[in-house]
Amino acid sequence: MAHINSAAELEELRKGILSKIEPDKPCIAICAGIACLGLGNDRVISAFEEEIRKQSLETKVDIRATGCHGFCEKGPIVVIYPEEICYLEVTPEDVPEIISQTVVGKKVIDRLIYTDPNTGAKAVHQFEIPFYKNQSRLLIGNNPKINPKSIEDYLAIGGYSALAKALFAMNPEQVLEEIKKANLRGRGGGGFPAGSKWETTRNAPGEEKYVIVNAHEGEPGAFMDRALFTGNPHLVLEGLIIGAYTIGSHQGFIYTRHDTPQLRENIDIALSEAKEYGLLGENILGSGFNFNVEVHLDVGIFVSGESSALMRSIEGKSPEPRPKYIRTSVSGIWNKPSNLNNVETWANVPQIINNGSKWYSSIGTERSKGTKLISLSGNICNTGVVEVPMGTSLKEIIYNFGGGIPNGKKLKAVHFGGPMGGSIPESLIDSPLDFDVLSKLGTSLGAGDMLVLDEDNCMVETARYFLDFLSGESCGKCVPCREGIRQMLKTLTDITDGKGKEGDIELLEEIAGVVGEAALCSLGRSVPKPLLSMLKYFRDEYEAHIKEKRCPALFCKELKKGEL
Amino acid sequence: MSEIILQIDGREVAAESGMTVLEAAQRAGISIPTLCHHEMLEPYGACRLCTVEAEVRGRTKLVASCLYPVEKDLIVRTRSEKVDKIRKMILELLLAHAPEARGLQGLAQEYGADKNRFEKEPSFCIHCGLCVRYCAEVKKKHAIEFVDKGTKREISFIPEIAAKECWNCKECFPLCPTEALQAAFVLTKELAFFSLSSEPVPAE
Ligand SMILES: Cc1cc2nc3c(=O)[nH]c(=O)nc-3n(C[C@H](O)[C@H](O)[C@H](O)COP(=O)(O)O)c2cc1C
Ligand code: SF4
Ligand code: FES
Repeated sequence: MAHINSAAELEELRKGILSKIEPDKPCIAICAGIACLGLGNDRVISAFEEEIRKQSLETKVDIRATGCHGFCEKGPIVVIYPEEICYLEVTPEDVPEIISQTVVGKKVIDRLIYTDPNTGAKAVHQFEIPFYKNQSRLLIGNNPKINPKSIEDYLAIGGYSALAKALFAMNPEQVLEEIKKANLRGRGGGGFPAGSKWETTRNAPGEEKYVIVNAHEGEPGAFMDRALFTGNPHLVLEGLIIGAYTIGSHQGFIYTRHDTPQLRENIDIALSEAKEYGLLGENILGSGFNFNVEVHLDVGIFVSGESSALMRSIEGKSPEPRPKYIRTSVSGIWNKPSNLNNVETWANVPQIINNGSKWYSSIGTERSKGTKLISLSGNICNTGVVEVPMGTSLKEIIYNFGGGIPNGKKLKAVHFGGPMGGSIPESLIDSPLDFDVLSKLGTSLGAGDMLVLDEDNCMVETARYFLDFLSGESCGKCVPCREGIRQMLKTLTDITDGKGKEGDIELLEEIAGVVGEAALCSLGRSVPKPLLSMLKYFRDEYEAHIKEKRCPALFCKELKKGEL
Repeated sequence: MSEIILQIDGREVAAESGMTVLEAAQRAGISIPTLCHHEMLEPYGACRLCTVEAEVRGRTKLVASCLYPVEKDLIVRTRSEKVDKIRKMILELLLAHAPEARGLQGLAQEYGADKNRFEKEPSFCIHCGLCVRYCAEVKKKHAIEFVDKGTKREISFIPEIAAKECWNCKECFPLCPTEALQAAFVLTKELAFFSLSSEPVPAE
């Protein structure tokens, strides 16, 4: 493939790709996302390949291994185009029947389609399944349509048209203005406006500037960045290149996970394909703009996702955070201005440029715009990745998309943001998905990981679990964080072991107060958040453990004895 | 270097740009307690004992004075109820590990820190990093490092380097506010030096 040298050549290439597509030719899209991989989708894929060979259908049927479709609970998922028939929980044994019945015979296999567990209603097509219906899958909806290893699939759905528009129809100031007007807020946890961060780096002194994708995603229960990046790497890359052009950066970094080889492989392929096509490297699309990207693997520690620690890690040092008295946007990697954004933040950029800030800000709430990917986990029927407009109520997410609470249990709480987030009780689930509303309630949207807790979850144990996680995942450099975690964990463990004492809650609050204000980085400063939110809404549960030696959720083993 | 006027504890203090609040305070004779700070070493900011209140444009935040750069019109309070509470807790958290450390006694008294507040877990090292940084920054030997992370973080001599370098140096010993460093050294020596050196180990 030759270097594309203009926007016109890009459109021509796209037309060529589209003209080769036969709309009626059957295509089997099999989810090859991480969750489905765990459920054995590799065997399903091989079974399809084998069966197609056996029936000599190689030229008549296409097969596509795609990124995560989102409905991980029911994987492996197979969608058959052009009809978009969706089969769930497919096994290799189902494959011959799917080929002969559905692909060749055009008949739907009843037992493989979605059946609503409550109403018994069936859904043949993906878009009719309640999980997908009414989602706004602007970012992740293309996953079933593309093979992440093929740039042509991305080009076929209009990929890189936003880059061409930014490079040829807009100057960097105009792109920046558009991002600012769209009020795109960072999806990595803080909700900081991306536009003003870009602007700070753009205006910072120094010729050399860096742009970085934070694809560390170390929170337990967070898997949407991986789903998006693995499934559609070019989307994130396109956003990054547009950002680099706007900021005036010629070098980008992708900081990603060392423990997900599939993600790394897809990123590597995407980078080399983009380079080959002239979308990356020297003289991008003939515009004169140069930009290169390097991939860095994380060290497997949660704190390395924190911006200053991440930048030290890229420098090759151990990922200890630096105090942010000097912002990384001004002095980051090798003390050069460095703009860091989350995977999902970058992925939002192409659609803003393509459709304009007006369109973008029509989605969402007053101060939280666009859609948000949510990874749903915990005590919920449908574990998976959901994408909804900001402002959607938590209740809708839990019941409409998540399918409610399994086993007839009662919903107790929703916890956002993992070990740095907070819990809110069932009584507040009418609250909208909104950065500011959630933070006022004592939780935070975080990266979008939503853990659903039912009546069997003990809120003391949940706080203890997060502290236990952090005890191994902070860097251990500063005293309040390291020692505060140690003592809080000790006290909480005592409480769950039935050894809680009068005054423990006050002690926890006192330590939490100091850690929250005196720790060096935002990990330490967020350590107390889960605990404090639980003391706010579930204090009686803590008191029952201490005063009555009783675990209301009947979870804590040592305390259960008394109950029996 | 341009001069910057800031306010510390109600006094006007002159400092040069690029200085930290701690340096400015020390220069004006205002003392702020520190544990991990040392003039010969890069600012580190780990003990957080030097936390002070910094007011910028009407907003007050708690910052580590050993790292926080001076700026025009900055208002600093080195003692306040909040600051004292933080220092007391930090000292109590550390006293659980090194209840008799000489570097902590005076401060414990000043801030009313109770060495029995938390269950004792004598590991002696308070992770100030003075030895680690002195060896790396001044001696450029890296014979001692932090290993592990989170609550498991510890100092550790690297036997291969220590066996060669430490005999004639030991300059880090007097820096240690507890006895942890000597103990770590003796332990490394006993466990690893003999097998590493082909020459007879020199007498101490
Ligand atoms: C301990 C810790 C871990 C973090 N991990 C991540 C992460 O895995 N991914 C991420 O995008 N941001 C993470 N963040 C937030 C980043 O520091 C940073 O704010 C974010 O990547 C900026 O991107 P955004 O503005 O697009 O949200 C973490 C922060 C902390 C304190
Ligand atoms: S707050 Fe925790 S993670 Fe952050 S620097 Fe301190 S010890 Fe390391
Ligand atoms: S002296 Fe400032 S943090 Fe230790």
